[in-house]
Amino acid sequence: MAGLFSLLPLLGAAFSRHRARLFFTVASIVVAFMLFGLLGAVRFALTGGVEVVGQDRIITTGKVSIIERLPRSYLTQVRQLSEVRQASSLCWFGGIYQDPRKQLVVFAIDPNYFSMYPQLKVSQAGLSDWQGDRAAAVVGQALATQYGWKVGDLIPLKSNIYRRKDQAVAWPIKVAAIYSADDQPANTIFIHYDYFNESLASGRDQIGWVVSQLKHPGQAAQVSSAIDALFANSRQETKTSTEKAVAQSFANQIGNIGAILTFIVTAVFFAMLLVTANTMAQSVRERTPELAVLKTLGFNDGAVMLLILSESLVITLLGAVVGLGVAWLITSALEPSLHAVLPFFRIPPSTALQGLVVAAGLGLAAGLVPGWLAMRLKIVSALRAV
Amino acid sequence: MSEPLVQVRGVRKEYRRGTEVVPVLDGLDLDIQAGDYLALMGPSGSGKSTLLNLLGGLDQPTSGTIRVGGTSIEGLSSNELASWRASHVGFIFQMYNLLPVLTARQNVELPLLLTPQSKAERTHRADAALALVGLSDRANHKPAELSGGQEQRVGIARAIVTDPELLLCDEPTGDLDRKSGDQILDLFDALNREAGKTIVMVTHDPRAAARARRILYLDKGVLVREEA
Ligand SMILES: Nc1ncnc2c1ncn2[C@@H]1O[C@H](COP(=O)(O)OP(=O)(O)OP(=O)(O)O)[C@@H](O)[C@H]1O
Ligand SMILES: [Mg+2]
Repeated sequence: MAGLFSLLPLLGAAFSRHRARLFFTVASIVVAFMLFGLLGAVRFALTGGVEVVGQDRIITTGKVSIIERLPRSYLTQVRQLSEVRQASSLCWFGGIYQDPRKQLVVFAIDPNYFSMYPQLKVSQAGLSDWQGDRAAAVVGQALATQYGWKVGDLIPLKSNIYRRKDQAVAWPIKVAAIYSADDQPANTIFIHYDYFNESLASGRDQIGWVVSQLKHPGQAAQVSSAIDALFANSRQETKTSTEKAVAQSFANQIGNIGAILTFIVTAVFFAMLLVTANTMAQSVRERTPELAVLKTLGFNDGAVMLLILSESLVITLLGAVVGLGVAWLITSALEPSLHAVLPFFRIPPSTALQGLVVAAGLGLAAGLVPGWLAMRLKIVSALRAV
Repeated sequence: MSEPLVQVRGVRKEYRRGTEVVPVLDGLDLDIQAGDYLALMGPSGSGKSTLLNLLGGLDQPTSGTIRVGGTSIEGLSSNELASWRASHVGFIFQMYNLLPVLTARQNVELPLLLTPQSKAERTHRADAALALVGLSDRANHKPAELSGGQEQRVGIARAIVTDPELLLCDEPTGDLDRKSGDQILDLFDALNREAGKTIVMVTHDPRAAARARRILYLDKGVLVREEA
């Protein structure tokens, strides 16, 4: 019988009839899929990176909250555990550069930190330069691009938390290396803990938390309890969990946002379904005489249904492709300026694919009832109605 | 004599309006030989269009049998009827019923979309049909850019492009002035005499009916008179 291909001239004919209505219908679908694409990008930005955390790293923080400080000696004690391959402390610096309203992500770390994170890519030479220079920093590619920093530049970094004992306002920091990361934000500045610690007016020898790399990832639970036991009943009790668990609890909060986004998108798609179905029903009603003529000429029920369904599909798929395209343009345009905050602000291919599948489903759903009406149309009565 | 192309036996057709049953055709018998040219006349509401639609398989009789070219069409499913219509009958309507967004050529090409012909073949045949009705120079015009007579000629080209043996015409000149109507009737003459098409034409116009080989009068669903 009539293949889809032979219906193409009729499709074109159907679309050239009511250009304005077609335009508005497709436009509403475009908006729906643009929203779908943008929300997909937001979700990806919020959850991106969760997958990349290591199984073999555990984090020891204050028991009550991550903002409690721990004594520096905790690092030494953790390092002495036989199951721990290596460990580094991290200390939130509260970095400010030029604009006091913009907080930079700056951590004071120990020299071995990078060997625990192979996904942070630093050249060997750059790493040695940094390790050999107490006042040096390793700077994220995204930040370097944003501020135009190059290796060798001197950056005056201020802190909104710490004061220097020499009363100077800033910590002069030399860019020794620039790191990149394929799968997570390269928007951090890493400085030496010793350099930072020595300069402090008060609160010296304290750290934020300890990251430990284990010899055997399987021992994470056991080592975690061992560490917490070490500091139990001290003034600063600790809570140790895998990096994955920490990331997961963050992701769970994001998950709620994800559910809200999904709800919004579903509502928008439902509205879109009604708009498309209405357009198709109107189109079938107006073309009753024409559909009767087609049937008279020998187009059977299946061909008529196919015609209406493909019309509906073309509308929704066109809308989806354009909508996702617009969303892609928007994310591409915004990505550079958002890079430091939302480094994953882009539409993942899986979301685009999902969008096309949804579009096809909605197209079929919207065309089904009108198609059925067209199929059931009685030629004789329809012709009399001319 | 061989079997007639069309054989109608005891055909009844009733329509239902709510609970009321309206009889339209009442036990009708009719034979039409291949190559005949028949005019169907009668007062409005006498059932002429209804009979024509039954002959063309657009509707099913309430009872009775209709054989066309050896096929009992009253037993066919709607999809079987559709493909039967596509290859055996051409319809010509009073209001032409062209698709307004398609050009003359595309309208004529429509029935060929149901055949396995290539695009080039379809265009070739559509152009040949348009040439036959004298509209080669209007192939790319939309119906709105054609006169009524030209539109009806496109309608005829569409009806004959698949080369069916039976042409069914419901008041084909009813909406046309005399000159255009005569051109249409000339075409029917040619199609009947030269191409051997069997034609059944419903008409209110005695002048048009006079061009046919036979004239049948229908009244209240019964054939009342026949003239040769
Ligand atoms: N689908 C239908 N439902 C109900 N009644 C119908 C239907 N089709 C036709 N009729 C009735 O059947 C009768 C015959 O109609 P038909 O169209 O065959 O007449 P006609 O002879 O072609 O008339 P006209 O010359 O006005 O075209 C009319 O009374 C009409 O109202
Ligand atoms: Mg009639």
